This record gives sequence, C-alpha cells and structure tokens, in this order.
Amino acid sequence: MYAFDYHKPTSLRQAASMLAKAEDAKILAGGHTLLPTMKQRLAAPSSLIDLGALAELQGIERKGRSVVVGAMTTHAAVASSDVVREAIPGLAEMAEMIGDPAVRTRGTIGGSVANNDPAADYPAACLALAATITTNKRKIEADDFFRGMFDTALEEGEIITKVSFPVPAKAAYAKFRNPASRYALAGVFVAKRGSEIRVAVTGAGADGVFRWTAAEEALKTRFSAKSLAGMAADASMMNSDIHADAEYRAHLVGVMARRAVEAATTR
Amino acid sequence: MTGTGIGAPVRRKEDQRFITGQGRYTDDLARPGQTHAAFVRSPHAHARIRSIDTSAASAMPGVVAILTGDDLAADKIGGLICGWMIHSKDGTPMKAGPHPALAQGKVRYVGDHVAVVIAETFAQARDAAERVEVDYEPLAAVVDTAKAKGAGAVVHDEAPDNLVYEWHLGEKDATEAAFARAAHVTRLDITNNRLIPNPIETRAAIGEYDAGTGGYTLWTTSQNPHVARLVLSAFIGIAPEHQLRVIAPDVGGGFGSKIFIYAEETVCVWAAKKVGRPVKWTSDRTEAFLADAHGRDHVTHAELAVDENAKIIGLRVHTTANLGAYLSTFSSSVPTYLYAPLLSGQYDIPAIYAEVDGVYTNTAPVDAYRGAGRPEATYVVERLVEVTARQLGMDPAKFRKKNYIKRFPHQTPVIMNYDVGDYAASLEKAMEIADVKGFGKRKRESAKRGKLRGLGYSSYIEACGIAPSQAVGSLGAGVGLWESAEVRVNPTGSIEVLTGSHSHGQGHETTFAQLVSDRLGVSIDTVNIVHGDTDKVQFGMGTYGSRSGAVGMSAITKAIDKVIAKGKKVAAYALEASEGDIEFADGRFKVAGTDRSLAFGEVALQAYVAHKFSGQDLEPGLKEGAFYDPTNFTFPAGVHICEVEIDPDTGITKIERFTAVDDFGVVINPMIVEGQVHGGIAQGVGQALMEGAIYDESGQLVTASYQDYQMPRAGDLPSFQVGMTSTPCPSNPLGIKGCGEAGAIAAPPAVINAVTDAIGHEEIAMPATPQAVWRAVQRARPAMAAE
Repeated sequence: MYAFDYHKPTSLRQAASMLAKAEDAKILAGGHTLLPTMKQRLAAPSSLIDLGALAELQGIERKGRSVVVGAMTTHAAVASSDVVREAIPGLAEMAEMIGDPAVRTRGTIGGSVANNDPAADYPAACLALAATITTNKRKIEADDFFRGMFDTALEEGEIITKVSFPVPAKAAYAKFRNPASRYALAGVFVAKRGSEIRVAVTGAGADGVFRWTAAEEALKTRFSAKSLAGMAADASMMNSDIHADAEYRAHLVGVMARRAVEAATTR
Repeated sequence: MTGTGIGAPVRRKEDQRFITGQGRYTDDLARPGQTHAAFVRSPHAHARIRSIDTSAASAMPGVVAILTGDDLAADKIGGLICGWMIHSKDGTPMKAGPHPALAQGKVRYVGDHVAVVIAETFAQARDAAERVEVDYEPLAAVVDTAKAKGAGAVVHDEAPDNLVYEWHLGEKDATEAAFARAAHVTRLDITNNRLIPNPIETRAAIGEYDAGTGGYTLWTTSQNPHVARLVLSAFIGIAPEHQLRVIAPDVGGGFGSKIFIYAEETVCVWAAKKVGRPVKWTSDRTEAFLADAHGRDHVTHAELAVDENAKIIGLRVHTTANLGAYLSTFSSSVPTYLYAPLLSGQYDIPAIYAEVDGVYTNTAPVDAYRGAGRPEATYVVERLVEVTARQLGMDPAKFRKKNYIKRFPHQTPVIMNYDVGDYAASLEKAMEIADVKGFGKRKRESAKRGKLRGLGYSSYIEACGIAPSQAVGSLGAGVGLWESAEVRVNPTGSIEVLTGSHSHGQGHETTFAQLVSDRLGVSIDTVNIVHGDTDKVQFGMGTYGSRSGAVGMSAITKAIDKVIAKGKKVAAYALEASEGDIEFADGRFKVAGTDRSLAFGEVALQAYVAHKFSGQDLEPGLKEGAFYDPTNFTFPAGVHICEVEIDPDTGITKIERFTAVDDFGVVINPMIVEGQVHGGIAQGVGQALMEGAIYDESGQLVTASYQDYQMPRAGDLPSFQVGMTSTPCPSNPLGIKGCGEAGAIAAPPAVINAVTDAIGHEEIAMPATPQAVWRAVQRARPAMAAE
C-alpha cells in the first residue's frame, strides 16, 4: 500500500467538499474492493474519504411502497433487517449471500453499487427491482445507472446517499459462485411487480450487469420456471475466463434464472 | 502405564501455544538493527537481462543496499543445487543448468529473482524495488509440459531439447511380452495437475552475521534446517558448517515446499554480512504463489494388460514430468524414484516398465509436495485398475481383490520389497463403513431428484520413512536418510529429547513425548522435545516423506534403550546389586525378585551426583544419542471410498461420503493420525476437484491468488469416516509406517473414480471443476443439454 491521506467527514456536505478539493480522492464505503486493491498497489488514491461517520447515510426504512436503504448500510444489516425481510425477502437473502461474514459486516450497499463490479450482487438486485439511486445531487433510475463494468452514471464529486427499492410482488435471487473467489459467476435476480417482470444478471455478462429481456418476455406469459425451460443467455454476450467460458456462463444464467423464479414463486 | 503412552489419543501439547497466538514463527522475530529485503522479480517468463539500473532506486529513502547476481558472482557464492543425480537410460547424467540465487544474464520464470533491495523498513524496500530499472529482452517461453521437449524456446543451453533426463525403470522386454499376450489392454491418457502448496505460513528468513565471531545465523521456515545448513555451507559456500547456525522455529505448515533451499534465504544470510546488519524477508502470498516450488504436473500415457482370467499381467507408463525452470533441491527424484517404484500399487503385477522424461519449462520449479511422486503413481494405477474393471464388466472391488498381493514379503518389478500388509482387510472394512451395499438405493434416490451419484475406490500404497541410506545412495541421493536423536535426562528426572526431525504441524511435541512416556514411565509433561536448531541438535535429516515416526522416533527409541541400559548400571550401584539383576519396568529400576527399587527420577539424580559409584567405573550423567538408519521403506496402505452426487445442471460435485481405512501399522496417537488423514484427504480432494495452477501461453501465472486458485474449504468436505487396520511394520522397532501423506495420495483417484462412475465415462481430467464436470455430462448425455 502506498501512503495516502485519510479523512473522516462528519456530514455529507463536508464529505462532498473534501471530495471536491482533494485530487484523486476515493470514497471509503466498506473498502472490501478498494483496500485489497490498494494493498496490492494496483490502486493508489492520494486520499480516502471515509463515510463511516455519516449518520444520514445509515438505516433502513419502509416509505410507502418502497424500502429505502441508506448508502452506508452494511450487507449484514440488510440481511437481518425485519423491514427488508418482510417487504422484499429476496433482497435480504441476496445480502446474506454476499461474500463472507467479514465482508458483510463491513461492505455497504452504496459501495457495492458505486463500484459496479461485474460480479457484484447488488447491481442485479437494483436493476431487477427497478431501484432508484439517490445521490447528494439527484435521483438516478437503476436502468440509467449501470453503464457497463465498473462504470456508472455517477459524476465527479457525486456521493450515493440511499437506494430505494419499490416493493415487488415476487422476487428472488439465485447465484452460482465462482468456485475460487465465491463472487457471482452467474447471479440472476428476478422480480415481478404488477405486470412488470425484470430479470437482471450479474457475473456472467461481458460488460457487467444486464437485463435478460428474452427471459422477461418468456415470463410474461406465465411467471413460472417452466416458462424458461431450455433457455440460455446469448453466449456471445457472456464473459469468459478460466472458471467458466461463455457457453457455460450462458447456460448457468438459464439455470439460475429458473431457480430464482422457482424460489420467488414457492415463497 | 502412564495414560499418555503409545496408543493414547493425547491432546496436542503444542496447541495451547498455537491457538492462543503464542507461537514464535520466523516473521515474529525481530533482530536488533534488522533491515528488510524486497526482491525484484521477473515479470517475464523468459528474458535476457540487458542491464539493471539501480541508480534511481538507490536514491530512495531508507535504502541500505541493492544487490544483484553480479554481486553474488563476485563473492563466489555458488548456485542452488539439486541433490539427487538421475541418469538417463543411456547412462548420461541429467542435464542441469545453473541456478543462481539472483539471476545472472537471464530470467526463466515469472517471479524469478533478479535483485534484492535492502532498506530500513519493508515499505521502503518495496518502494525502492519498484524503481530498479531492468532492461529485459523478452524471449519465447515454453510452458506446456507435453510440448516442452524439443520446443523452440530453450530454457537452459545445457539441455538443448529442454530434456533434463530420459529415465526408465523396470523390464521393457518382459512388459512388452506381457502386453503381446494380453486378453485386454486398458489405455488412458492422464494429466496430473500442477498444484501450489499454500502452507498457511508463507516462507520467511532472517540472516544475521556476527563480525566478532565470524559466525552466521539464519532463521528460516525450513522442514530440515540441518540439510539447509549443509547445502548453504558445502555447496553454496556461505560459511563452514561450524560458522553457520540455522534455526527453524515454529513453522506453519510446509507440505514439502519448505524442504528446499531457496534463493531468498540464501540471499538474506549472504547479504547480512555485506550490509553488516540482520536482513529479514517475509514472502507475501503473491510471491508464494509465484516462487514456492509447485507440485505434480505430469502428463502420462498408461496401459494395463490383463489376461483372460482378469489377472493383471503388465503395466506400461510413459510420463513427461515438468520440473519447471530450475532443478529445485530434490526435484529430480520426485517423478523418478519416488514415482515409478510405486507403480505396482497393491497389485501383483509381474511386468512393469516406466519411462519418464523430465523437462524444463519457463514455470516455477516443481518439487516434492505432500506425497511427492506417490500420488502421481497412485492416480495412474488406481485409474487404470478402475477403468479396467469397468471395461471388463467386473465389480471394481472384486477386480482389485483378485489382483491384490496376498503373500509377503513381495518383491515388485520396480525396486520395492513390500514387507507386510493385508489389503483385503482394509477393503472389506472400508466397504462396510461406506455402506457400499446401500449405494444402489442411494443412487436411485439421487436419480429421482435429477442428480447423478457415483462411487469410486482407491486402493493405495505408499513408501514412507525414506529410507535406507545405502539404498537411496545407490539411486543417486546426495544424502543419507537416517535420523538422529539425543535423550538428555536432567538430574531431577525431567527429559529433553533432541531430534533431527522437524515439526511444522505434525504434533511431534506430543507424539515424541508419548514415546518417552511409554518407555520411561514418566509423564509427558516432564518431556520437552527440542528440534529445529543446528546449534542444539547435532544433525538430522528433517521431516518429509512421512518419516518422522518411522525413522525419527526409531532413533529416539534407540537412544532411550541406551538410557535405560545406563540407568541399570547406575541403579545397580545405588541399590548395591549386580547390573544383571536390575529390571526396568513402569518407570522403576528394580532388583529382580526383591522389593528394592528406585524411580526413574531417583536414578537420574544418582547418575548426576555420582555418590555411589566412582567415575572411573561408570561415567556420571545420563545422556545418550543414537543414529537410526532404516532397513527398508515402510509401506502404509489402505482403501479410500468416495461417493459423490453431481448436479448435472451446474456441474457441481458434492462429496456425500468419504471413507478412509488405512493401515499405518502401530499408531502412537490416534487423534493426531486421524487429523493427518483428514488434512491429507482435504488436499487430495482439492487436487481432484478444485486446485490447478494455470500458466497462460506467455508464462504468466493466471492462478496467482485465491481469487483464481481454489483451495478446499471445510464446507466443501463431508465428515470423513475414518477406520484403521494394522499390520505392524517389521523394519523398525516401533512397528510404525507413517501417515502424513496417505490422504493426499489416496483421495484423488477415489474422487475421480466416483465422478466418472456418476457421469458414465472416463473423459475428465483433474481438477474436475463444475465447468469440466458440466461439459463431461454434456458429452455423456447430449439429450440432456438443457434442463
């Protein structure tokens, strides 16, 4: 790790001003991606701005037809939240599947969403649940937020403050883990809200999280795993590495989608 | 009986220290004034070094020195050695290129050592190491084991075809004759995947030079500190042995990878004199992946011949073994004498012929890793046997039983003389524990849930406790493989045992004390096991090859016998009886036929005060040493049975049951032995299903972290069902065979035989990852391509 300056602002305004002033600063929101990268000397920000003291970014609440999760809420908090478990059990289950206990107690929803790792779980949940990502400057729909691997709509100096999930009728997540890293190799989040059906895929796509529209269409006829029988994602759109080539990933997307629908419909 | 003697499942004495963080590992040590070393490593698999510019790095804060291969050469420091000479079948000696501790003109694998930066802090050393400018001329690299021979890229000029040796063992003509008359021949192409050892403690070293005495001290993570001192002294030329002390304190696992004498510790101890201060280096995990010696990496074509009665009549093997970019300390012996002599397995095979080509590639050196050669041999034999049974339509257990060796001693066609064993007993017991009878029902139940269930056997044998020095010497070993021990009894009766074995997780502090407790009738709490320091223990060969029990404890036994003999003399004076009348039992020296006796501790005191005898008649003191050279290898054997369930939709293999029945002869501590079996199976399952080092075509290690290299986790494994049978080993005084490697040797073929049973064909290689299994299922059942 190279030397860097550490800041711990006590208000969002202060954090934003620090971010604006510092050259090459990074936000620390759990750090489970950032810190290992820094330790390997693959990232060398001049400053870290730790959002851990910002109470306004904490907490989970039900607001009308949505569940609103503060950006600095940990995965463990989401997983064990009664509010989430009651309104969107699939989201709590997804949070429980992230990483390991250490990651879940430090990693945050805001950090995960802002990083948009192509194998992270939250981007799939946000996309499938049609979440709204709120920053210190604006609100961004999930469909507009994720722009390819490690790329988001966030602009310079923008800080995520909360993520709002409209409560679906049915939703579930199924994940096939990379056998070594245990990141998602193919993670599929399905959600049904009214007549809208969304299927979001993480870990598998060549350019990060995406909506599997063919599966969404198939599920519109009937929201059942059978509607997806024999379906696989388009292999030409898939990532390929030593753990899974594109064809296997495309197949796994189909399997995980069926399992997610199965879980959502048998709840 | 003390309750802590041989056979007692005593809890490990050392664990309190380890689990409360009180262990003292090399990295825990800080020497006054110590500096820190960071190595500049090659980013290329193969390149010529045009120049090394250290000027910018030297100007960095805290830098004490930057040393390169030129400095080593100027000091006439020799290269690292390979201590086992192998001759090719044409009689020529193996073709070994030089192995400098810091590159001289060329780098040969990613991670190869180019220079060392020594600085006040580790961070400073690392910062400066990044500023060392090395001008490389990249060369074409050879990576693939099967394609190394005669490849365009030449790793060492000394081996123009990248062939280190073309070795063979066995009888070619007799084997060909057997195949000519065979009723059935089974042929398999087998890859034994390359593994990265991954001990929990990475390697570390501190070198220190005392300008006053001219002596060096090296603290290092070694499984065999005396061998390290010998090599550093006699071959590398750091200092004469009496001026070089090597200490291997607590060591956190090795699995073979800490046997070898590496560049880093060599550089640290040499540089300590150059900079006049202690030099410390601790490997990070990435360095461990890149530069610890790897294991396995064979490509083999194997054939088994059977006659019309399903009797095995011949076995033929051609193996190409990847030795990496340099010959590590014992690398040459692993795919030769530690491999081919085990190709008879547990079977009566009259004719065997094995050819092994050892090849250089631009990859990390490959050397002994838990099992070392024997897992590779067992995998060949047990895959061949299983597949043959399937092809003959015979029950694999019956086919094995039919071909087992049943009379002992048994001379195989490949050197080994098996002393004792009862293979059918282990098979029957394992089948009972594994409930093989109920397998059909379980398979049907799995099928109802859309899952594939399979069962696989592995009937392994290994050769441990290497070995009679005369035998290994005749096969090319540069050292003898005996062990030494010294038993020091203190005046108050407490005991120090100095051993040349080295404990790095095996629990010697407990098992060795149990032996003393058993023989001398004292509590294990009064026994201290001293190891790992060349200034304390006179000499020793270290711990590897499951030899510490069979060889190390046999040496202790010899020394204890001498202590008892001396004790009888002392007791005779003290009890005013004749020596011939003194009996020793249950910790007391007793005059036969009387009630006059002295406790062991009382005799110890008498030995030291020497009041009752004149020093002219009997020397005071109670301290005895012994060297023990085994008369044969030991031959642990057993049967492991694996049962898997495969999810055809994802390719995930779940191990539902794993049964191990092993014959380790006499067991000192069944709890520790069971732990060794568990750990070995975990590593074997790791090799079968998860682990595999992958280099890309340019020689970059793709699996250089846990993000990509999958180690087995507890959750990947079932609760093992472990049983034992016992035929005591006749060639050592304790009847011990050795248990440290059995699981890693036995498990891979058991797992793969189960996987292939489940998928219905043999076309799958290790590691059988979910992707590999899914593809194999697709090939078996194209109709089931979709759910």
